[in-house]
Amino acid sequence: MSDLAITDPQTGQSEILNVEDAPEELPPQLLPLDAWHRARGGRMVPFAGYEMPVQYEGIMAEHLWVRKSAGLFDVSHMGQVVLTSDDGADAVALALEAVLPGDVTGLGDGRMRYSLLLAEDGGVLDDLMVTRRGDELYMVVNGATKYDDIGYLLDTLPDDVTMNLGEEQALLAVQGPKAVDALARLVPGVEALVFMTAGAFDWNGADLWISRSGYTGEDGFEVSISAEHAAAFADALLEQPEVKPIGLGARDSLRLEAGLPLYGHDLDPETTPVMADLGFALSKRRREAADFAGAERILAEREAGPASKRVGLIVAGRQPVREGATVVDADGAEIGRVTSGGFAPSLGSPIAMAYVPAALAAPGTAVRLVQRGKTHDATVAAMPFVPHRYVRKAA
Amino acid sequence: MRYFTEEHEWVEIDGAIGTVGITEYAQGQLGDIVFVDVPADGRTLAKGDEAAVVESVKAASDVYSPVSGTVLEGNSALADSPDLVNSDAEGEGWFFRITLSDEDELGELMDEAGYEAFVAKL
Repeated sequence: MSDLAITDPQTGQSEILNVEDAPEELPPQLLPLDAWHRARGGRMVPFAGYEMPVQYEGIMAEHLWVRKSAGLFDVSHMGQVVLTSDDGADAVALALEAVLPGDVTGLGDGRMRYSLLLAEDGGVLDDLMVTRRGDELYMVVNGATKYDDIGYLLDTLPDDVTMNLGEEQALLAVQGPKAVDALARLVPGVEALVFMTAGAFDWNGADLWISRSGYTGEDGFEVSISAEHAAAFADALLEQPEVKPIGLGARDSLRLEAGLPLYGHDLDPETTPVMADLGFALSKRRREAADFAGAERILAEREAGPASKRVGLIVAGRQPVREGATVVDADGAEIGRVTSGGFAPSLGSPIAMAYVPAALAAPGTAVRLVQRGKTHDATVAAMPFVPHRYVRKAA
Repeated sequence: MRYFTEEHEWVEIDGAIGTVGITEYAQGQLGDIVFVDVPADGRTLAKGDEAAVVESVKAASDVYSPVSGTVLEGNSALADSPDLVNSDAEGEGWFFRITLSDEDELGELMDEAGYEAFVAKL
């Protein structure tokens, strides 16, 4: 998940797609670490309703640093939602299954899952991580959609489920092959976590909730910490020789290389999990029970195959083809749309994600893209573009 | 003599020939440049026309011709090394050379001191 999307800060045409309810006339909110970013040279831009650092030393250098060492990202704009019920975590999990197509009730304590918040018609309202944490469920949702998500859940879930959007919590991601070395020096024990597990830790008296997860394709962690301790903890992380601060720009190029969709761009209410090629988020038990929002449409689409599908593209030449470019047929008629695109620093070439007709979705298929009147050749490619390096077994 | 625009292009004048690029300030704002599309030889440009496209990792930006004239050549080195614009924006990272059709237009541009004062206010 993670709503990043870097478009031109000068035109301001960034994450607007999915912030209909975030009043544009309001000034952006400030992150708990706002001053911290500015003091470290972060170039701040409005994003998802916040002033956020798009880069420090430069997107290319930051991107490559994360792939070889470790980067610290402030993702405190994302929504951290805690759900409880007098009837316990099982009741919350069961209630969530009405709008999430994954196996939530089956999550063990400290286990997490990527899932999709579904509208009644099966459209994707958000993508998120859901974790079972003792007596509660903890969800991390996209920043630009968090207030809409809460509204939808309030309307949808039974009244006995209580939700708390923890806006006093910062969220820091430490990502990269050396993230474990740096973080374990500060918080011994995190090395025992494996991908998609989480636990409670302590740092100098500050409570931490740490998961081994992220959105870069690399090994790494996400750390939830109270805003009052966040700057000191971020400082302690930056003192580790492996770690540099990384902006939204590199976060976007890293997730694009990892083939991970970005809500508001590659996913929106018009897309379904099947179109988005996120079928893995539909668990077998849930498919068989067909008891989630939009199940009838989604399962029929899964059976028959979607009319169009999210694919990866490797673009010929060097010019990036970005969101909004069209996919065209031999006659130049529009048959699809690029939803994310940019230059892949690890590959040295432009890559993109697009929705194309199912007949053109097989890797190796040649397609043509049009951007600002210019035609670009591209080839459908399997994703991820850069292999994931998640740690699934404890060292 | 070198002139500047408010859109952060520079043009170095040598007789009737101008060499055009983007400023050091502009490259710093754009960040890592990954692609430059320069105009074709012989193309006629009016002052202010979209002459080139420069793409950084994060965005595409148009580059406007600071003067009217006919393109003599684009900088072919940028095809393989677009990062020359980052490393030497006001030198090796030039975009194109143009034969000026109206030298009087130069009077509408800023000189170096004027541009520095302009950037200082941004």
